[in-house]
Amino acid sequence: MLRFIVRRLLQAIPTLLILSILVFAWLRALPGGPAGAMLGDKATPEKIANLNHILGLDQPIYLQYIKFLGRVLTGDFGNSLISTQPVVQEVLDFLPATIELSFAALFIAVGLGIPLGYLAARFRGGIIDNLTIVVTLVGVAVPVFFLGYLLQNNLAEPLGLPSQGRLTTGLDATDITGFAILDGILTQEWDAVWDAIRHLILPAITLATIPLAVITRITRASVLDVMNEDFIRTAQSKGLAEQTIRGRHVLRNALLPVATTIGLQTGLLLGGAVLTERVFTFRGLGFLLAEGIERKDYPRLQALILLGALVYVLVNMLVDVSYGLIDPRVRVR
Amino acid sequence: MLQLRVARTRRIALIGLAGALAVSMSACAESKRDDNAAGGDKTGGTMVFGATGNPKMFDPIFNDEGETFRITRQIYDTLLQNKPGTADVVGSLAEKWEPSNDGKTWTFSLKKGVKFSDDTAFDAKAVCFNFDRWFNMKGAAAQSQMIYYGDVFEGFAKNEGDATGAPVYKSCEAKDDSTAVINLNKAKGAFPAAFTLPSFSISSPTALQKYNADTVTQSGDSFSYSDYANKFPTGTGPFKFEAWDQAKGEVSIVKSTGGTDTAKLDKLIFKVIPDENARKQALKSGDIDGYDYPSPADYALLRNDGAQVLIRPSFNILYLGINQANNPALKDVRVRQALAYGINREQFVKSKLAEGSEVATEFVPKAIAGYNDQVPQFPYDPEKAKQLLAAAGASNLTLNFYYPTEVTRPYMPNPADTFTAISEDLKKIGIKVEAIAKPWNGGYKDDVQKAGKQDVHLLGWTGDYNDAGNFVGTFFGRSKAEFGFDNPALFSAIAAADAAAVGDAHTKAYEEVNKQIMDYMPAVPIAYPTPALVVGAKIKGVVASPLTDERFNTVTKG
Repeated sequence: MLRFIVRRLLQAIPTLLILSILVFAWLRALPGGPAGAMLGDKATPEKIANLNHILGLDQPIYLQYIKFLGRVLTGDFGNSLISTQPVVQEVLDFLPATIELSFAALFIAVGLGIPLGYLAARFRGGIIDNLTIVVTLVGVAVPVFFLGYLLQNNLAEPLGLPSQGRLTTGLDATDITGFAILDGILTQEWDAVWDAIRHLILPAITLATIPLAVITRITRASVLDVMNEDFIRTAQSKGLAEQTIRGRHVLRNALLPVATTIGLQTGLLLGGAVLTERVFTFRGLGFLLAEGIERKDYPRLQALILLGALVYVLVNMLVDVSYGLIDPRVRVR
Repeated sequence: MLQLRVARTRRIALIGLAGALAVSMSACAESKRDDNAAGGDKTGGTMVFGATGNPKMFDPIFNDEGETFRITRQIYDTLLQNKPGTADVVGSLAEKWEPSNDGKTWTFSLKKGVKFSDDTAFDAKAVCFNFDRWFNMKGAAAQSQMIYYGDVFEGFAKNEGDATGAPVYKSCEAKDDSTAVINLNKAKGAFPAAFTLPSFSISSPTALQKYNADTVTQSGDSFSYSDYANKFPTGTGPFKFEAWDQAKGEVSIVKSTGGTDTAKLDKLIFKVIPDENARKQALKSGDIDGYDYPSPADYALLRNDGAQVLIRPSFNILYLGINQANNPALKDVRVRQALAYGINREQFVKSKLAEGSEVATEFVPKAIAGYNDQVPQFPYDPEKAKQLLAAAGASNLTLNFYYPTEVTRPYMPNPADTFTAISEDLKKIGIKVEAIAKPWNGGYKDDVQKAGKQDVHLLGWTGDYNDAGNFVGTFFGRSKAEFGFDNPALFSAIAAADAAAVGDAHTKAYEEVNKQIMDYMPAVPIAYPTPALVVGAKIKGVVASPLTDERFNTVTKG
């Protein structure tokens, strides 16, 4: 197992190197550039050229890349052009919000998706099934930002829910870990906990829509598949109670592909978080990324993309390792 | 610092432990909050303003953008300021000011009894300390970020990097505690108005030294700034810095005593909400008390909801740029005049711009000294435009027309709409238009201002201070790729107007320059748009400034 992990980590190095080259080249191929973004609307071409010189952005790109790589290897991703703060610090500051939002969205998607999918399969062809098919189709088709604006403009005020941010401005909530709900629990500031939950509701619903639709459909399809398996017929012929068959045999076996889907959707949540966080000013990594793209913040974008890739590689490795632990038939070689 | 924050780097390590301990701790932990203070903040005395973007940091000399200045102008004072609601220059830290006859010496009589928020005294020595600090700034990185200093004072004691200008600043003398004399190497028309620039705010010398304010270091593709700039900005303004919470996107400043003005609010919070729809909803729900640059399309809706839309007097210009180098036909002044006659600017302003906007007749707004109401006029006259084109042999003219996307500017709320309206007018006079849309930060500015690829384009300007040179000098003071012409007579006239630094001569010189420009027609002035800001019904005392120079010391929330 240890050899497998070491080998996978070593394999990740060329992946990250290639990605770093692509990201570095892509950002520099974009028209405009950080000097113009830093100097603002009124910058003259001469001032931009001067700043490019000071920053070394007029040097050959391979030289720029080597310097960049040297800094990254020492953990220095530079400072954000927008906030002038160290990028790594920014990532650590904004990460809790994204984790909080993603967990909330996943909680909604799994909590509703599995029962809905099961019920749709159980009553196949009925009203619940047809309704589920239509609603999940809409859920997958509606763009996240559109749904976000829809909820923000039409539900926030009538339901008395906040339309932006993570906490009410001016609320004196104690900040310990950066996780607003957890901090509220730790300090027994229950109004802060409730405030943080209220701020989570609309963004979490927005972000949950696509995974909810996917999980519901996969659950439905999987339950239908399992219900046609021989072992279910055997169980029925043995005279087992229908409730026992559904609970012990159908649902349990149907959940295996659903679990894989949930894993995949967790990764995709980060993509949806970019738009959701932007619409609701929910200051997480997605918000940071969207702002970085708009303002051509090279250091921030480089850091976010590379750190994202690193996390992706590590998660994949963990998934591979877990296969071996869950299913003895899968041998890690 | 009232708000103690745990270092974020340690947070992630704490998460696991905190999660495990959460349940057990919740039973015995005590609230770390002062509930009385929380109540006070909520119920009154605090205004929350929705900002469109992050501030950079809070040392004004290294800043050049509006979101930072919106905050620093509450913390700091300048020697002179703009009279609230106007672009007129009035005293601030200086009660009186007097230029010498040659415009090279400026004597400032300073207010007495003023203190910085660190309780140190403001006096003439503090003024000279600041001016000397700027002049003697070391390092190419630091100098490159002193945008306005470079523009106004042109050079440093020792220019570094590619900075090459000869310095305008010579020295500063503290004659006594309340008299500062600033000596210049040459007269410049930008003064005294340029002394109102937020970049030239006066900082506490003690704080500047204590927190190593001059330390600007390169960090990868960016710069990092000192603790002074990030944590301890110290001025004489009605508010003092409290905290900058990056994760929440909030900057809070609190009432200060001893400065030039006294704030009526206890606290001001600037909350970054980049999305305009989110700002609008936040105002509606009471999360914020105001925000900047509402869309003109929302004015009626906002008013119906009880909000106050405050229209700023115009200090902008929107123009149709003409690049003579890219299309030979545009070298003929008759063709350029035809463009002016062919655009129905009256209709455009009425139908596309916010209330209060006006048709531009020249390249400076009416509030600027040097505005000339006797310049040649070009009212909408498509027939005359066609005749001029025919006379110039350009009846079948084709123009590539650049306009920006993914941007709104105070002078151009909707570039695509502006392009459509103007290009339709040009088509009516027989000009074939080839539209080229480019993202603002994705090639538009490079193509237009650096490469000069366009025949005509949309651009504009928001004034920095009340001087015509800040407008026409910027546009037409020298040969530029954006306009592609070389007119030594015009360049000299602008330089002479700028050098005519004192009294009426300066104003008259720019009046003549404005006439000369409209005779030559290097571009077509389109409109003086009026941006707005919006505040909730409970907010009183905000005076909309043409220079977006709103100070919130007069504001109450009731």
